[in-house]
Amino acid sequence: MSKHLIDLIGVTKDFDGELALNNIDLYIRNGEFLTLLGPSGCGKTTMLRIIAGFETATAGKVLIDGVDVSSVPAYKRKVNTVFQKYALFPHLNVYDNIAFGLKIKKADKAKIDRKVNEMLEMVELQGLGKRSIDELSGGQQQRVAIARALANEPECLLLDEPLGALDLKLRKEMQIELKRMQQQLGITFIYVTHDQEEALTMSDTIVVMRKGVIQQIGTPIDIYNEPQNAFVADFIGESNILSGVMTEDYFVEFLGKGFNCVDKGFERNEPVDVVIRPEDIKLISPEEGTLSGIVKSTVFMGVHYEMQIEAAGFTFLVHSTSMEDEGAHVGLSFFPDDIHIMRKDKAAE
Amino acid sequence: MKRKYFATPYLAWMIVLIVAPMIIIAYYAFTGQADGAFTLDNIKAALDPIYMSVLWRSISLAVISTVICLVLGYPIAYILSRMKPSTAAILSMLFILPMWMNFLLRTYAWMTLLDTNGLINRLLGLVGIGPLRLMNTQGAVVVGMVYNYLPFMILPIYNILQKMPKANIEAAQDLGANSKQVFTRVVLPLSRPGVISGIIMVFVPCITTFAISRLLGGSQFMLYGDLIETQFLSVGQAYGGWNVGAALSCIMMVLVFICLGITNHFDKDSSGGTLI
Repeated sequence: MSKHLIDLIGVTKDFDGELALNNIDLYIRNGEFLTLLGPSGCGKTTMLRIIAGFETATAGKVLIDGVDVSSVPAYKRKVNTVFQKYALFPHLNVYDNIAFGLKIKKADKAKIDRKVNEMLEMVELQGLGKRSIDELSGGQQQRVAIARALANEPECLLLDEPLGALDLKLRKEMQIELKRMQQQLGITFIYVTHDQEEALTMSDTIVVMRKGVIQQIGTPIDIYNEPQNAFVADFIGESNILSGVMTEDYFVEFLGKGFNCVDKGFERNEPVDVVIRPEDIKLISPEEGTLSGIVKSTVFMGVHYEMQIEAAGFTFLVHSTSMEDEGAHVGLSFFPDDIHIMRKDKAAE
Repeated sequence: MKRKYFATPYLAWMIVLIVAPMIIIAYYAFTGQADGAFTLDNIKAALDPIYMSVLWRSISLAVISTVICLVLGYPIAYILSRMKPSTAAILSMLFILPMWMNFLLRTYAWMTLLDTNGLINRLLGLVGIGPLRLMNTQGAVVVGMVYNYLPFMILPIYNILQKMPKANIEAAQDLGANSKQVFTRVVLPLSRPGVISGIIMVFVPCITTFAISRLLGGSQFMLYGDLIETQFLSVGQAYGGWNVGAALSCIMMVLVFICLGITNHFDKDSSGGTLI
């Protein structure tokens, strides 16, 4: 694929003894939509702020277009940021907020006017240029913040949980619109979020982080289907995580039963985490299933039913489009390729 | 409904101590000394050119003092707002501390400092300058006013600078503004309510001050406040001093209201951040 726009090499950030980023190596390709995903305190925002130039890495280098920018101040970098709480200038109206960067660059009036109107159109706020910031709704302020950053024609747009303050419906709309803008402009977006669904919807690449360490880098499909460890599996979507033992290649034991699987390359009798997605569990009659259990609860979720099923001492989370009554006896079965085997993450325990 | 009664003591307090004195002043200003009948003579007397020149001096000294307070106060407030909160708290305490002392005491202290044999002249003498005549000058009056009212300029500006979201400054940097541009285009305009509040809190007491000019300026620089005091205490009621004094007070009050009106006009589109 295309060339690297940003390279992080051995980036470490230490806040008074608290390690926010631990020796991060990451490259970001030109034109991709990359999401930094993780729970709060995982270092994702710190990484964004280091790229933007608001924080200096304790160790390591940041390259933009192959040039080390570690000593370049934020105002000289070719990236722009959409802030979590928008950080719009309350003393300027919508037009002047969007024109701020261009005026600093001393662009001529006609160009500023053309660009601002183009941006207003892009974020669908035509005719609101004269409004003051506090007359706008949260969603509109969000759009102004995006327009203000994009007016500078950055090579890379950094977004720090930009949709966090919006309600669910608006958030979904904005997800689609952000993706559209990114494709239309063909520039790189680096997006920080703790919302796994948001990450799966929009990204080309997802970087899952935890405690300052990258857990997995991959496409949304890779991350969802092939999580590298129990943390990623648990964080991305819902999962049943069980402790098991790989007795031999393609064979795993858990809950006292043996199952065929598609993984190999483990040591003999190596303890592993077994991950099974709730939607991959098939409900069949109790006699047929490898495991049989009792339905503890059933909740209607719209498209599917969410059930807690207790079997062999473990409570499985099951998503199914057919409903089973509470207290019913059911059999559980799963295909070998629905059983995901992961090495035990010693550090994370 | 019942909760309204809790306000009664305050209402009574305000009527006795604020509204009633104002009515009394207005009464004296518009009635004759001898007969108590309505008259505009006191106002006419108060508009005498000699009194107007005193008013003009008061305004110009107040403007000079306010400008100096702003020029000194803004950088101090800015530096304070950039410090670690704990350090800033200690330093702003040091600015407030002198305000706990009586205002006359502080002004007397300046008299000894500015005296021909005072500390400042002796220090200047060490480097071969002077002695200079520092006391009983307009400069001394301005020094006294600046010293006394500077904290009232620093605090509201510091308050607003300190509450300014850091993200606004980062956003400006992000959009390409260097530190000078960040200051002129974001920090300064956003701190305007604090500046306006500081100007009001310095200018209004400066224009109505009276003891400072008497103590530091000798008797040569009579200010409007001194004039009103003289009318009430020295001229006295027997010669109509209360009536003219009340008229002078009314003129001063109108002037202060005009000043507040002007500043409010400039402040109307900003929100909060003021001390008053």
